[in-house]
Amino acid sequence: MTDAAIADAAVDTQPASYLTAGHTLLSWLTTTDHKRIAILYAVSITLFFFIGGIAIGLVRLELMTPQGLFLTSEAYNRLFSLHGIIMVWFFLVPSIPATMGNFLLPLMIGAHDVAFPRLNLFSWYLYVFGAAFTVYALISGGVDTGWTFYTPLSTSYATGYVVAAATGVFVVGFSSIATGVNFIATAHMLRAPGMTWFRLPLFVWAMYTVSMVMVLATPVLAMSLLLVIAERAFGLPIFDAARGGDPVLFQHLFWFYSHPAVYIMVLPAMGVVSEVIPCFARRTIFGYAFMVYALIAIAVVGFMVWGHHMFVAGQSPLANLVFSFLSFIVAVPSAIKVFNWTATLHRGEITFEAPMLYALGFVGLFTIGGLTGLFLASVPIDIHATDTYFVIAHFHFVMVGGTVSAYMAGLHFWWPKVTGRMYSEAWARFAAITTFLGFNATFLPQFVMGWNGMPRRYHYYPDVFQAWHVMSSVGALILAVAYVLPLIYFGWSLIYGRRAGANPWNATGLEWQTSSPPPKENFHRIPRVDVEPYAYDAFVHLPMADNRTPPSLPSPASGGG
Amino acid sequence: MTIDSFMTAASDYANEVDGTFWVLVVISSLITLLVAALIAGFSLRYRRGSTAPRGPLSERFGRDVEIGWTVATLFLFLFIFWWAASNQLSALNVPGHAMEIHVVAKQWMWRVQQPGGAREINEIHVPENVPIRLVMTSEDVIHDLFLPTMRLKQDVLPGRYTYLWFTATKTGVFHLTCAEYCGTDHSVMAGRLVVMTAPDYARWTNAQPEADDLAHQGEAVFHSLGCSGCHAPTSSIHAPDLHGLYGRAVPLADGRVVTADEAYLRDSILLPAKDIVAGYAPIMPSFRSAVTEDDLVKLIAYLKSLSSSPDAGVSPASGKERAGGTPALPGDRRMGAPQ
Repeated sequence: MTDAAIADAAVDTQPASYLTAGHTLLSWLTTTDHKRIAILYAVSITLFFFIGGIAIGLVRLELMTPQGLFLTSEAYNRLFSLHGIIMVWFFLVPSIPATMGNFLLPLMIGAHDVAFPRLNLFSWYLYVFGAAFTVYALISGGVDTGWTFYTPLSTSYATGYVVAAATGVFVVGFSSIATGVNFIATAHMLRAPGMTWFRLPLFVWAMYTVSMVMVLATPVLAMSLLLVIAERAFGLPIFDAARGGDPVLFQHLFWFYSHPAVYIMVLPAMGVVSEVIPCFARRTIFGYAFMVYALIAIAVVGFMVWGHHMFVAGQSPLANLVFSFLSFIVAVPSAIKVFNWTATLHRGEITFEAPMLYALGFVGLFTIGGLTGLFLASVPIDIHATDTYFVIAHFHFVMVGGTVSAYMAGLHFWWPKVTGRMYSEAWARFAAITTFLGFNATFLPQFVMGWNGMPRRYHYYPDVFQAWHVMSSVGALILAVAYVLPLIYFGWSLIYGRRAGANPWNATGLEWQTSSPPPKENFHRIPRVDVEPYAYDAFVHLPMADNRTPPSLPSPASGGG
Repeated sequence: MTIDSFMTAASDYANEVDGTFWVLVVISSLITLLVAALIAGFSLRYRRGSTAPRGPLSERFGRDVEIGWTVATLFLFLFIFWWAASNQLSALNVPGHAMEIHVVAKQWMWRVQQPGGAREINEIHVPENVPIRLVMTSEDVIHDLFLPTMRLKQDVLPGRYTYLWFTATKTGVFHLTCAEYCGTDHSVMAGRLVVMTAPDYARWTNAQPEADDLAHQGEAVFHSLGCSGCHAPTSSIHAPDLHGLYGRAVPLADGRVVTADEAYLRDSILLPAKDIVAGYAPIMPSFRSAVTEDDLVKLIAYLKSLSSSPDAGVSPASGKERAGGTPALPGDRRMGAPQ
């Protein structure tokens, strides 16, 4: 997906759309249109995703034998650090909010743009410069601290460009904060007439709650990184035990951000899946209000569980128990969401297009990721399993099986809206199924070897684990194919894809009432909303043909192409 | 010798953890199967074009279902929490007669001091069926001592002691490794935990070259660093007498009362200005640059020995005759003991 390809696609898109509003590179780099900024983000995070993916591909290849194949320990450590830093901060955190959130939030609430369009563009520049700077530091000098920057390793012992990398991540954090502030203001100020809080699509609720978490948690990351920089660059004694500092303090600060950050990554995914499943089940989402409360509960309680990352870090047994208890509590709203998605299928008219396959894959993988979270919330189990591959498998089930599957579901679902074109359904279904299989092949073996005592971040490992490592590496190869495929058929669709029409899925939601791709100002006239969300009952017997003229909602909603 | 498989459960505690684990595996497999079966079942039954009955359900029914599974989930999760936590609580109490072994971690090795004075690198020899308490600290970054067959790990921190205790019930050679990423050679910071029968352990201890037990070595350090110059009862300098100090409540100049545990002794040697004893002037210099972690271990062993036998300078039993040299303190409230 390149700027040029998108511009090409725009040339022969019939009516004026946001894509035809300017064809020069400058028109893209100076745009304040939320839809174009979403595409700037999409192009950049895709690039970083593949850099991070190549890094872990090399790691998985190296792990094919217990004594390694071609890397030094130094290079190995730098590669997994690079993978973690890029995937967490430059892909997963911005993935759904900065692309789909930017594109869809104003469309879904019936607005012309976000509340602060220039701040929106500024946040992309912060992101792209911060991230590019960090990636340059990681590749040219290398950082071997892992993505967690634990002290005193990062402050006093690590070699490489720790200060540069931390500075880049610090800058990118402000892009998150700016996006969060923008979304909160947009949701409060710019909802169309009649779009009450409880008529908002769940994706908007997810964006709203995730923005709150971003705005409240990211400053703590900024502070902890600043403290690392202050100690490493200027010698201030903050974490150095020999000078009266406390190295564990860093872990508290870091996880006070980084646990909520898990919810920054997963709440938007829940939002996407809550849009996709009702559409392909032709059924109102089950328990809308409970879904909203669950999002809010996860966002709030998610701030109180950071200590479960530190059960073996010398925390008091009482603190361990309290954090264990709260971690079990935070799992309840997540479980409720899984039940509600499942119940939405009940009495539906289900079809299995690619977005639905990805979304159902999300529900399955997220369930496993969530349940293994209960293992790690139990103190005695965590003591054995923490810092092993069990933890790696657990959080990849949540963040890759969960978030990345949902990201792909959303990408396929809204692709016709974004580009005005359809992609090859057969290839897309094939990629969705391959993703699911490849993912399980990669990470299920990691649960087994983790519980058997295989520590994480190990370059050399005991021979007994080789079979599991080989399985995992083969799975990673399948997964890599599944991630490259969409690049090809999406690229193909930009040029040769069938025209989509305004509402190819016969979906509810204001974004489907305007043309595909939408005009620059989204709606020629701001629509009025007087129906509940997910009113699929009215659509049930309409077949989901791609090129149909969109049916009108049972409301006098206006706008559209 | 070969290292026994990682998954041997070599203590009763390890068996309990495995039991908890498998119960969790069964519960979560059942939930996963339930969700998968519902998804697959609904997908088949309500696929487009099937003849299954459709139409809305009553709102009341939906709300009842919702409240039902919310409460059920909450109770199930709270039950698992309670069950796991109660297992954990029973493992918190260190037996009073535990044998103490000191571990100092550094990039990328483990240095071990047996109570009998023997020193080891990347190996810990322990007798079977004797509670072992590891007292650990790091000289540089954070490490983590991981004993897979005991189902235990604990971060090893610079500037502070952390503890791990276990009672091995199987003899054998087991894996010991670092689980907290600690830099370039993290993955080779491994070693062996050798569990022997008590007679074998006694024989092994007697074969070690070190002459003195830790407390005796500590006494020598006590004199060579000049501690005795002030802390001897005959000294003209007004410094606290250290006999019987360990384990006692100490009133401080600022009104607090602290227990003289290992952490307190350590801080008093390295950061003497932190806790000034009531009635004494803050005249003690810091020994931070003069004393190594290994010497600290010996010094503290010596100070402890002054409490175990109030009359003699050094406990009469040397490590050669008695395996469990120093007495353990009754649980340390500052650190989560067995984890």
